[in-house]
Amino acid sequence: MTESVAITRTLTIERELPHPPEKVWRALTESSLIQEWLMGNDFQPEVGHRFKFRSTPVPNWDGVIDSQVLVVEPVSRLSYSWGTMGMESVVTWTLTPTASGTHVRMEHSGFPSEESASYKGAKYGWTNFIGKLENVVGGLD
Amino acid sequence: MQAVESDIFRALADPTRRAIFERLTRKGEQTVHALTGSFDVSQPAISKHLTVLKRAKLVRHRREGRETHYTARPQSLAPLADWVSRYGVFWNERFDRLENLLERMDK
Repeated sequence: MTESVAITRTLTIERELPHPPEKVWRALTESSLIQEWLMGNDFQPEVGHRFKFRSTPVPNWDGVIDSQVLVVEPVSRLSYSWGTMGMESVVTWTLTPTASGTHVRMEHSGFPSEESASYKGAKYGWTNFIGKLENVVGGLD
Repeated sequence: MQAVESDIFRALADPTRRAIFERLTRKGEQTVHALTGSFDVSQPAISKHLTVLKRAKLVRHRREGRETHYTARPQSLAPLADWVSRYGVFWNERFDRLENLLERMDK
């Protein structure tokens, strides 16, 4: 366990949404809905299905994420791989019903922790904004 | 994730706050008054945004007479320099969009 922590890192985001889990599940698993908030895709909620997320290409990145569905437990758990620029990671969604809606937990795990990998990551730049942040952070040294 | 990092992501997820922060980074110290003049937003709204930025330690302020002057603290962005943090910004933005979509699905 300690070893895997040393090699990879996990990003976790949790939010309370005032919507029933069934509705959140639809937004996470219907291709046309996914496109509205995440990216263009040919997702299907079937374990083993290979698909791509496509976003606007930016310099040094073609905007494609190669994915495969790993877990589909309707209205509770969804997991897919997230491969881009030779880096494999895994995104896992967990929905828990609450009194007022849904607790959503997203884990994005498998980030290499080596400095070199972070450096490569710096080139891809998700958005113009992130690019600007890099300039600012870069200017700190 | 550290509390401070999530504060930074939250603070920068809003386009107006991002714009305010970028402006302070570019132009140096600005008064609330000057900032209000450069954005199409009311002074109370600007002050609210500045409070959020301050909590994330992205800006600091000093009072001089009746004016409050704000300065960007770009060194606070250092936690965003690695990959995980980058994705933190990305996913927080997407969560905002997801929430937006869920609102629209009601109609």
